[in-house]
Amino acid sequence: MTDLLVTLLAAFTVWTGWRVFRVDSMVRASFSLMLSFIAVGGIGVLLSAPYIGVATVFMMAVEMMVMAIFMVMFMMNPAGLNPMSMVHQHRFSIGAGVVAALGLGAAVLLSSPPSNPVLSDADVVAELGHELLGPSMLIFETAGVTLLATMVGAVILSSRQGRFGNADEGSRPPGLSPDGEPAGRKPDNGGEGHHHHGGHG
Amino acid sequence: MTLTIILLGAAALIGIGLYGALSQQSFVMLMMGLELMLNGALLAIIGFWSLSLGGMPEGQLLAIIVMAVMAIEMAIGFALIVAVYRKRQADMTESIGTLKQ
Repeated sequence: MTDLLVTLLAAFTVWTGWRVFRVDSMVRASFSLMLSFIAVGGIGVLLSAPYIGVATVFMMAVEMMVMAIFMVMFMMNPAGLNPMSMVHQHRFSIGAGVVAALGLGAAVLLSSPPSNPVLSDADVVAELGHELLGPSMLIFETAGVTLLATMVGAVILSSRQGRFGNADEGSRPPGLSPDGEPAGRKPDNGGEGHHHHGGHG
Repeated sequence: MTLTIILLGAAALIGIGLYGALSQQSFVMLMMGLELMLNGALLAIIGFWSLSLGGMPEGQLLAIIVMAVMAIEMAIGFALIVAVYRKRQADMTESIGTLKQ
């Protein structure tokens, strides 16, 4: 029974993952990715990793909501009414994806990992807690400090200006060739790089 | 058998994610490809931990680290997208071609 459910969820997570790049709206793509993550969380719950599974579901639900907001901000095709295809180097990408999937799949099929399932009466959540605040405490705390640094970095990167005004005020980017034109967007004809409508004809 | 199915699913997710990360022009969609690859890694870790490692607690720790990597990738990724958009009005990889130089 568990095997069947796990198989179905694995198929569902791959299918929704594939839908991410097939749907016509980026919001739909974001929710498709959320379903894929939720299926992985469900597999975790089924395979006796309740904490990891539930944490995945919660975290990804929130993360994909945030992602959907960014999608609306940067989206070129809000309603998904037109076909959306914004791809480059398509053949190479398909080839790389297929080669990666087939290579990893062959490695899975050719190897024989040991069969050593979790005991059904093991208290895995308590074990995880003892591990996090015991032998692996340094790793756990490092992850926490890294997340703090991420928050600070994200705010600095995305804030409009620093405490003393724009950091690049009066600066000119270097030319692409010696003594050439300054690189980057010209200040006067703003919106030059605004190729929003590249993909949907 | 279950482990094989799970690992095959993870391999497919990583392949799809690689395709997306390489082929999408929009930064946001490109990041979804990266997330999809991390999703595959998470799936493989859960499968290995549950069926092959006998519930070693370090396996769950690795899954938690992958989740932290996802959060960091998304936060810094979106901050970079916003910063590039402020500077260049760019939201497609083609618009910042000067980075090639």
